[in-house]
Amino acid sequence: MSQDARVDDQIYFDELVTTATASLVGDEVLLANVAGERTDFIRLNNGDVRQAGTIDQRTLTVDLIEGRRHVGGSIRLAGVRAIDDARLTSLLVQLRDQRRLVADDPFLLYNTEPTSTERIERGTIPEPAAALADIRSASGGRDLVGIYASGDTFRGFANSLGQRNWFESSTFNLDWCFYLRADKAAKNLYAGFDWNDGAFAAKVEWSAQQLAALAREPISLSPGDYRTYLAPRAMQELVQLLSWYGAFGLRAHETRQTPLLKMLVDDTRLSPMLSISEDTANGVAANFQSAGFLRPDTVALIVDGAYANTLVSPRSAQEYGVPTNGAANGEYPLSMSIAPGALPTDGVNEALGSGLFVGNLWYTNFSDQAACRTTGMTRFATFWMDEGEIVAPVNVLRFDDTAYHLLGDRLEGLTDTAEVLLDAASYGERSTISARLPGALVGAMRFVL
Amino acid sequence: MTDLLIESTVLEDRLRSVLPADVDYASARLVDERTEHLSVRRNELEPVFNEFDTGVMISIWNRGGLGYAATTDLSRTGLTAAVEQARSWAGITAGAMVTTAAPPSHASGAYASPVEVTWDAMPLHDRLELLHQQSRLLGIDDRIVDWGASLVRREVDQLLITASRGGDGGRIEQRFRFVYPSLRATANEATNTQTRTFGGHAYCGQGGAEVLGRFGFGDAASQIAEQALELLTAPNCPTGVMDALLAPDQMILQIHESIGHPLELDRILGDERNYAGTSFVKPEMFGSYQYGSELLNVTFDPTVPGQLASYGFDDDGTPAERQHLIENGILVRGLGGAVSQERSGLPGVANSRAQNWNRPPIDRMANLNVEPGESTVDELISSIEHGVYLHTNNSWSIDDSRNKFQFGCEYGQLIENGEIVRAVRNPGYRGISSTFWRSLSGVANRDSFTVMGTPNCGKGELNQEIGTGHASPACKFSDIEVFGGES
Repeated sequence: MSQDARVDDQIYFDELVTTATASLVGDEVLLANVAGERTDFIRLNNGDVRQAGTIDQRTLTVDLIEGRRHVGGSIRLAGVRAIDDARLTSLLVQLRDQRRLVADDPFLLYNTEPTSTERIERGTIPEPAAALADIRSASGGRDLVGIYASGDTFRGFANSLGQRNWFESSTFNLDWCFYLRADKAAKNLYAGFDWNDGAFAAKVEWSAQQLAALAREPISLSPGDYRTYLAPRAMQELVQLLSWYGAFGLRAHETRQTPLLKMLVDDTRLSPMLSISEDTANGVAANFQSAGFLRPDTVALIVDGAYANTLVSPRSAQEYGVPTNGAANGEYPLSMSIAPGALPTDGVNEALGSGLFVGNLWYTNFSDQAACRTTGMTRFATFWMDEGEIVAPVNVLRFDDTAYHLLGDRLEGLTDTAEVLLDAASYGERSTISARLPGALVGAMRFVL
Repeated sequence: MTDLLIESTVLEDRLRSVLPADVDYASARLVDERTEHLSVRRNELEPVFNEFDTGVMISIWNRGGLGYAATTDLSRTGLTAAVEQARSWAGITAGAMVTTAAPPSHASGAYASPVEVTWDAMPLHDRLELLHQQSRLLGIDDRIVDWGASLVRREVDQLLITASRGGDGGRIEQRFRFVYPSLRATANEATNTQTRTFGGHAYCGQGGAEVLGRFGFGDAASQIAEQALELLTAPNCPTGVMDALLAPDQMILQIHESIGHPLELDRILGDERNYAGTSFVKPEMFGSYQYGSELLNVTFDPTVPGQLASYGFDDDGTPAERQHLIENGILVRGLGGAVSQERSGLPGVANSRAQNWNRPPIDRMANLNVEPGESTVDELISSIEHGVYLHTNNSWSIDDSRNKFQFGCEYGQLIENGEIVRAVRNPGYRGISSTFWRSLSGVANRDSFTVMGTPNCGKGELNQEIGTGHASPACKFSDIEVFGGES
């Protein structure tokens, strides 16, 4: 897409909201958000293309407020003013009509102190044909399977009070595996703003080396407790689960649904080595949310193993009588950062000694949420190590253990570097979630199947 | 916002006219969707929300290439640009495709969800009052710390127009009407938090307001709240090898994860290996593999009236019909649409489906049902010396080959000497799909057969979330590894 066209998305949104604002009745307030993308995608299997195409979409979401009564709605934008003006006008008529039937919302809170911002990060992304050629060439006849998605994504906020916020970036994300056989594969990710052939080649080389290690005869381990190193991507699966179920959100705390309930009730702590923050300044998500509040650069969530703050959405702020810190309604981190530790990243194998090197975990869930007992599978490159050397790949294992052990009393160290992990998810739209996570050395992790 | 686009002859003519006649196969799939979200939490109405979503996916197969272009711009200019975009992709991918097989069908036809009572027969005011009533019935005790009642109504109109160089063309019109009710009560005491719900999210289906009555929505809240409280004082589920009786609202998860996903042909063909995973099922197993005991009969049945994933045609235009996947325990057929069948040479079904206009179709479950047996539930309970009756899924995890699984439930009942003796909390069990179904030792009859759905199955790259239907009676499994929690 041309640069002019990208600028148009911002102008288009601004003009659409300006026109809608002029149509407001009485003391009505309009909050508007837009989320859009133009995505080129290439899905690959065995180094060839399974599906490929382009998706062009923009969703406008509005909240029409009068006093404390309000109703919301969304429309897909056609990108044609006459059509979109008509659709938005029709939506506002419906919302106005429904609003007569709803009571005052005691938890309504929106930003009334307009602060406009703009953040635009444009990258250098290859044309689709060139990207496909690069990827197929890199596969070198190997069994490459995965997804390449690239293009512009944008988020905007505007209200009838004159606030305007815009976030836009051009990114690419190649999330792929080299498969050796059956379920033995080297997983990798190449994502960013500027495609660099050298950086991609280095990723390919790393995967090729993992493939070589995977070629050894795999072993099956019996259930039991094993000394384990969790690579950053494995850590991501663990902490994502906690995040999704409210470990860092005020609402889940107040309603006692947080998986870290024991930390609230029993003064249980995680390891003093563990500090977790919402690090918006170093993430790739927008720094504003749907009611117009800006996110601070950072919010400390866990400090030295103890609770510090929670993420507070505007509704929770109003419900529980505390200030919002610009969290979205889900109250989970969008840019989680775990502070690195003292374990030298290049000395992980030696520190592990004999035990499991887990590259990836998969399909985590709770065995007992209130006790923060989690379960999940090893996946992709998981190796049995002896005296710091790879012995053999390990067939998939199920773990069942609590975060109070894995990130608590059995945590022996965090690596001294953190890996930046851009989320490749694309449910409904391409994700702007990211994380900066170190690897973790755990004295014993319980495997059950 | 009430004019139905699917009834616009102007738009249909435009879609038909922009599709090229000089390619091997082309299609335009219009999706027009309207959704209403109503929710009351802790006796306060959450913001009412209305979604309107319209777009078109253009697909072009030509000379060994395939391209998609999804657009919201339904003007002639917009659609023409999308066609050119898809054509360009077909050029880029020509010679580099996993498969060049296009959907063979140019079928024409129509499907509409059966609706007995239109949603709007219950005005918005009444819908909100119903939710407030249910909320008040849930929040009955100070120990219930969070609760909510919600209704989602979703209308989806789809129009699939196909064309090809040979002059063939098809037209499929499908109008879906969905209702998703839910109830939830969370109770807490110290470090013990327990949640009971209205069948997880499984009590949903196609239809109008009658869907609420189908699942007893208006009569369930009190029991949900009482059971959440009961779980606070219930002991943890015992740990050990014992019989497990799975209620229908747990069976749907068991079917979904350890029969549905492993049988998807695109997983078996490797498309999903980077994300959702592969399958322990291999092509040579079809026709002979003993998937379960002789009591196991599983159908793919998109013809069940009112089930969540009923339809007349899949999104490649293949007419849908009922098929046995597993018959008397033997695996006979996989879950793959026309393209996967062509690639694999295996028998499949009409299940090539897309989440929305902005995603291409892939192999998905539709309605996947365990057929009823002959026992009553009481007879199954009576046959258990030591075991647990598990209700309502709340945790699911399975390996990337869909083999080693561990599932948890909201509510358990301990069975001793053929009788239910008490409630137990945090019940869970684990097993291995390839052998688990062979331990199926009892299938209840049609009295407990419940038609439900899973509204949010995730799969695919780009990711897609879609509704699948599951129906099952209660089923008994012998010698299962069961466990409880710690809180």
